[in-house]
Amino acid sequence: MESSLKHTALLDLEAIRRDFPLLSRKVNNKPLVYLDNGATTQKPTAVIDALTHYYSYQNSNIHRGVHRISQDITVAYEKARETVQQHLHAAYPHEIIFTKGTTDSICLVAHSFGKKYITAGDEILVTEMEHHSNILPWQQFCEDNGAVLKVVPVTEEGTLDLKALETLLTKKTKLFALTHVSNTLGTINPVKEIITLAHSKGIPVLVDGAQAVPHLAVNVQELDADFYVFSGHKSFGPTGVGILYGKEKWLQQMPPYQVGGGTIKRVTFAKTEYADLPLRFEAGTPNIEGGIGLAVALDYMNNIGMDRIAEYENELLVYATKQLSVIPGLRIIGQAKNKASVFSFVIDGMHPNDIGTLLDQQGVAVRTGHHCTQPLMDRYGIPGTVRASFAFYNTKAEIDILETATRKAVKMLA
Amino acid sequence: MNIAEIEKEIEEEFSFFEGDWEAKYEHLIDIGKSLPLIDARYRTEERLIKGCQSQVWLHSELKNGKVHFTADSDAIITKGIVGLLVRVLSGHTPDEIVDASMDFIDAIGLKEHLSPTRANGLVSMIRQMKLDALAFKTKV
Repeated sequence: MESSLKHTALLDLEAIRRDFPLLSRKVNNKPLVYLDNGATTQKPTAVIDALTHYYSYQNSNIHRGVHRISQDITVAYEKARETVQQHLHAAYPHEIIFTKGTTDSICLVAHSFGKKYITAGDEILVTEMEHHSNILPWQQFCEDNGAVLKVVPVTEEGTLDLKALETLLTKKTKLFALTHVSNTLGTINPVKEIITLAHSKGIPVLVDGAQAVPHLAVNVQELDADFYVFSGHKSFGPTGVGILYGKEKWLQQMPPYQVGGGTIKRVTFAKTEYADLPLRFEAGTPNIEGGIGLAVALDYMNNIGMDRIAEYENELLVYATKQLSVIPGLRIIGQAKNKASVFSFVIDGMHPNDIGTLLDQQGVAVRTGHHCTQPLMDRYGIPGTVRASFAFYNTKAEIDILETATRKAVKMLA
Repeated sequence: MNIAEIEKEIEEEFSFFEGDWEAKYEHLIDIGKSLPLIDARYRTEERLIKGCQSQVWLHSELKNGKVHFTADSDAIITKGIVGLLVRVLSGHTPDEIVDASMDFIDAIGLKEHLSPTRANGLVSMIRQMKLDALAFKTKV
């Protein structure tokens, strides 16, 4: 009882939940319990309204027109960039590049940083817990350019093997790309210490923050990250927009990735002079409403407070761990001490897909499968997990429903 | 019984579970558990129909002008649905199999399991059953 009073004081859940229209939906005639926030988060009315407002009253192309509405929306878009800059505590707005999402951001760095700084025989380091999006761009680059992909192993409890990491950061390593928070295990990696270690050997670090930005306060300068990437839609913003933060010193030196409209100073058939940051990396008409909507989403989170979000979500994780770990045969995948609100599990002798199907019948939305981390599933020797991932709008009552529904599924499948 | 009659029989069987998801899924799980396993020598990579999440193995044989299917899955609910598909299509001529409507799936409320987004290999399985039947046509 005491803890429920405490979390009520921490966040006004009733008011928050009213801000997310989708949460009041029913699924299979039951109130929806949405626990698939790792895949994508729901959107507050403020974000939905911003999109409607954009198309109703603001739609115009940016950075092009002399006319009034084009200038107004250019100002709004650049203000959105500043919101992202402030949220990440970046030094300059031009270190914030709007992309299509995390995948696009990583592909940009792999292509552009890779072209400039990585050649045959060099090494790129990733970890065993990466999402495919932070493996494939590097793997592809290595195949095309004769570089070598190295992998930091994961321990049984789901943390990075830091001893192995030390020996894997070598003179040949040109970049280390790792996730801030594992989408499958929930592990929060000690990125600050890791970056310090890598920098002591002169190795730049890209951090995949797709699963961190929705849960934690991120300060790229404090982390000293060289690149930090995340997606709008996993952070309560629109789909199709994401962010690449890059230190000015790298971005200034990197060649353009995609080229085209908006990226230039002067074009002739003989030679093209490209624009300054950030426009050099933003070819074509961007997802204008996406950028604006993302800024609204970040404002929404900041109004609640990232520290309060992190504290409340940790309460949810502790509660879920306590309630579900006693289910016979249930094994938690990812037992790091420092975890974001991701609860991944398997149940002995049962296929995750079967459990997910029976949870869905009871109105509970979880993700099942390999979560785009097949090498990690191989490491644990499992086909996949059931993953409940919580956001700040989830409640302990919903975790109770998850528990009851899981018990029912187990009973039916036994 | 021809294919349409078996489909009808299954529809009647499932009509008892109308509005009772639990009974329906328990029934599917029971079918999954009772499905004769595919001969171990056919549970091979070659006969694997890859889904993103669960996997299905399918073996087809032609005997006296009729196609016989055996199948398996690593997930029990998928296996239950696989069992229904085998029950409907196995033991019929290639022509009958190719022409089968498979409308019963919708009628018993399992259509969602056969949407391409489910990634459980069932859509590919039906396609494979029909393709195998088509291939056998030339041998009948």
